[in-house]
Amino acid sequence: MIFKLRKSRLITIISAIITASIVVACGPQGGGGSPTGQVISISGAGATFPAPLYQNWFKTYAQQVDPNVQISYQSVGSGAGLEQYINGTVDFGASDAPISGDRLKSFQERYNANPIQVPMAGGAVVFAYNLPGVDELKLPREVYCGIVTGKITRWNDPKLVAANPGKSLPDKPITFAHRSDGSGTTFIFVNHINTVCPDWPAGVGTSVNWPVGVGGQGNEGVAAQIQQNEGTIGYVEYAYAKLNNLPRALVENKSGNFIYPSPEAASKTFAGTTIPEDFALLVPDPENPEAFPIAGLTWILVYPEYEDAKKWEALKGVLLWALGDDGKKIAEQLDYVPMPPDIVDRVKVTLDKVKVKS
Amino acid sequence: MTDISQPHTPDTTNDQFRKIWTSPRNLFGLFMTGLTGLFAAIAILPLAAIVINVASQGLPLINLDLFTKLPPPPGLSGGGLGNAIVGTLIVLGVAFVISTPIGVLGAVWLSEFGRGSKIAYWVRFSANVLSGVPAIIAGLFSYTIVVMTMGTFSAFAGGVALAVVMLPIVMRTTEEGLVLVPEEVRLAAFGLGATRFETVSRVVLPAALPSIATAVTLALARAGGEAAPLLFTALNNNFWSTDLFRPIATLSVQIYFFAIIPFKPQQELAWAGALVLLSIILIVSIVSRFLTRRKSY
Amino acid sequence: MAATSTPPESPEVAMIRVRRNLRYYLDQGFYYLTMAFALAIAITLVWIVIQIGLTAIPAITQFGLGFLTSTTWDPVQNIYGILPQIYGTLVSAIIALVVAVPLGLGIAIFLSEDFLPTYVTTPIAFAIELLAAIPSVVIGLWGIFILIPFLRPFYTFVHRYLGWIPLFGTEPRGNSLLTLGLVLAFMILPLITSISRQTLVSLPPYLRQGAMALGATRWETILRVLIPAGFSGIVGSIMLALGRAMGETMAAAMLVGNSNRINISLLEPGSTIASLIASQFGEAGRDQVAALLYAGLVLMILSLIVNILAEIIIKKFQNVER
Repeated sequence: MIFKLRKSRLITIISAIITASIVVACGPQGGGGSPTGQVISISGAGATFPAPLYQNWFKTYAQQVDPNVQISYQSVGSGAGLEQYINGTVDFGASDAPISGDRLKSFQERYNANPIQVPMAGGAVVFAYNLPGVDELKLPREVYCGIVTGKITRWNDPKLVAANPGKSLPDKPITFAHRSDGSGTTFIFVNHINTVCPDWPAGVGTSVNWPVGVGGQGNEGVAAQIQQNEGTIGYVEYAYAKLNNLPRALVENKSGNFIYPSPEAASKTFAGTTIPEDFALLVPDPENPEAFPIAGLTWILVYPEYEDAKKWEALKGVLLWALGDDGKKIAEQLDYVPMPPDIVDRVKVTLDKVKVKS
Repeated sequence: MTDISQPHTPDTTNDQFRKIWTSPRNLFGLFMTGLTGLFAAIAILPLAAIVINVASQGLPLINLDLFTKLPPPPGLSGGGLGNAIVGTLIVLGVAFVISTPIGVLGAVWLSEFGRGSKIAYWVRFSANVLSGVPAIIAGLFSYTIVVMTMGTFSAFAGGVALAVVMLPIVMRTTEEGLVLVPEEVRLAAFGLGATRFETVSRVVLPAALPSIATAVTLALARAGGEAAPLLFTALNNNFWSTDLFRPIATLSVQIYFFAIIPFKPQQELAWAGALVLLSIILIVSIVSRFLTRRKSY
Repeated sequence: MAATSTPPESPEVAMIRVRRNLRYYLDQGFYYLTMAFALAIAITLVWIVIQIGLTAIPAITQFGLGFLTSTTWDPVQNIYGILPQIYGTLVSAIIALVVAVPLGLGIAIFLSEDFLPTYVTTPIAFAIELLAAIPSVVIGLWGIFILIPFLRPFYTFVHRYLGWIPLFGTEPRGNSLLTLGLVLAFMILPLITSISRQTLVSLPPYLRQGAMALGATRWETILRVLIPAGFSGIVGSIMLALGRAMGETMAAAMLVGNSNRINISLLEPGSTIASLIASQFGEAGRDQVAALLYAGLVLMILSLIVNILAEIIIKKFQNVER
């Protein structure tokens, strides 16, 4: 049989492939080790919202500044990240919501100190929609509150038409798409909604009991809902909407101005606010007349004391670099909001307070 | 074709033995053949669609870089999944080393020694229930027993989590293979004075090797694609690591992370990663089949 | 053994004795080793249940059995109930089985009997096993961006002409229990096909020979002899598959729509226990984690019940002894 004749050859090929892959796999490790000093590996876990930014920062730092500082970050979610931080299984945690409640208490009990959280970046959450022929849709507060609470159900609702003169809004039902998984994006969004919409029933959290709408898993799930169904509107992270070319709506802010979402407009949210001692700053409805109103911060949590001085020095170095000019550039490229200089100065002071065991 | 259905010396003059295609029994057979053929086609079409889809999205990115470079940070392109490929092999290796002996020998006990007993009944039950445990819970299990006690995420913890996922599949599938080894084979071995150990290790297990290979391949395939149990055990590593007791990158976690972020180069890498994962399983499957060519009785 | 009364042994006899003892202990050791490993799986399960139960205690004490009958899931107020998830888990798993069992068995028969030459069947069997290796997140993405748009016209068709059946009574939305059921069917197909095929191939040849010698046609042999003989293997594969279908997390979370409602229509989005855990665990607060693990416990109990039912079915219908 032909098959039998080929067997031996096949085995040779397979073993060749395996050998080759082993050689390939082992090659870079042998050659790509550290030329000087020893590798310091640091691991962190937490929020998914800033994960692309963090991974880029840590990778770029290892490539451009110090190849011996290897920081791995895994996006397991803010809640799970905080648990790891409390359990001490990571070197730092990350969260989209400030640590609070029973988690704060158990950290204090376990470490006999307050956790140190510093803001690393901010981000905007935007309304993306699918309505062919209608761009630069303007959403007054009353209208988007009506959409998320289920009071405004059609695209040709008089209030919507009044805010968008000259645009052909169809006589079609509005479908609201929201995240069905727990997420920092939802936290930022409902934090704003809860403040500006008087009849919002569901409160604030990383996932809430939505009064109306269909759920999508992750940003990509919501984006797919919007892209595949005409007449759908939903909220996604700014970067996701931009990179997928989803039309974004202008949103009315506290001063009554309609603001097109952009990182610059979102950064105005945080300018000129008084920041509390623990950096737990939430700005659900910014005063600045040019601010895009739906924006939030994301935090990294470090321990008040580290056993390994080298590890802390390395981590501190990376965090300060990330908040510096090089890090800022990367944040802007990825459409995150960099921290303003006054916040960075205060973060520096706070990080200096971290102790190391001698 | 089977020889049985056709007489060795066909007597064409004798109509009595000729196959009558219009008889209801043969028509039924024809109908069923067509139906199963149709089923096979129905199932294979979407299957082929997924595989082709993964292949066509992943193939353009298959190059040397994919195997030798580290993943590009989000927002940049280039790079590969080298560390994740190595990591997947290591974590799957650990899971294989843990789950195969336990699964196969456990199955030996179920089919050879404990057949019909109460304990066997409950063990089989546990395996079935365990197969329905969501993968994320297998991860939490390993998290509490390995990560919490060692104080750090590790490749080993990931292997333990995947072993929990693999164990029921290995054990139940192997058992089905062992049960089907004819009883006469065992009796013959005992008759020659072999002990239970010798009977099992020299006669029964070799006879069931193809089933065991299927069992392990299926289990590895299932485990290889799971990201949920690894999130809280192997975590991730953006750099090269072969250390069993440090966090490690794996293909499934890397695919999961890259699939849900908005950047195109990463999404493409996710597809390439899926293709690599498929290829690894394909190689395992082919190799295991060559090593366990059927011994029939 | 009374060592004092035995006469002095020749070295050869002693060797034999030692060897025999070695064989004996090896045999005993082997027996207990296999037993220990078999028990290991049961212990693992119990361990997992205890571990999860401990974390779930706050939710268990707070919600009790009302957890199973309540339809509220409100992480802000910390009020939880999982009736829609139980419903969704069972319905999607049933859809998956209804589709995958005939398909999987059909393929297993098609590949194990000699309908086609082995150089055709072997690659197909390979391909089917490969399907098990596609990461569920990739299947989920494939489902969202390729399968759902593809299925939409069919759903619309079904709704238009069969809409009078409550099961298809609502406007199709894409993400739905039906979509999830269909995708799960393809995810469990490899398990059913591979194990059933292996079972059929491994049946002793004399069963086939005997049946055919008695004048049975090929299909009579398959249906009346081979399938009953391999029944426990086939049901075993279905049970493993059902477990997989009920426990699938990522693909479920991405395709089911995660809506916290019970709707008789299969075209409406729903939710499953595993998808609930997968989509909320990462960001959950502590009370929510307890509730999610309580849900995980419920899932395991569901799986236990289903397995007991399967065991009863096997006992009732398996009429061919091996």
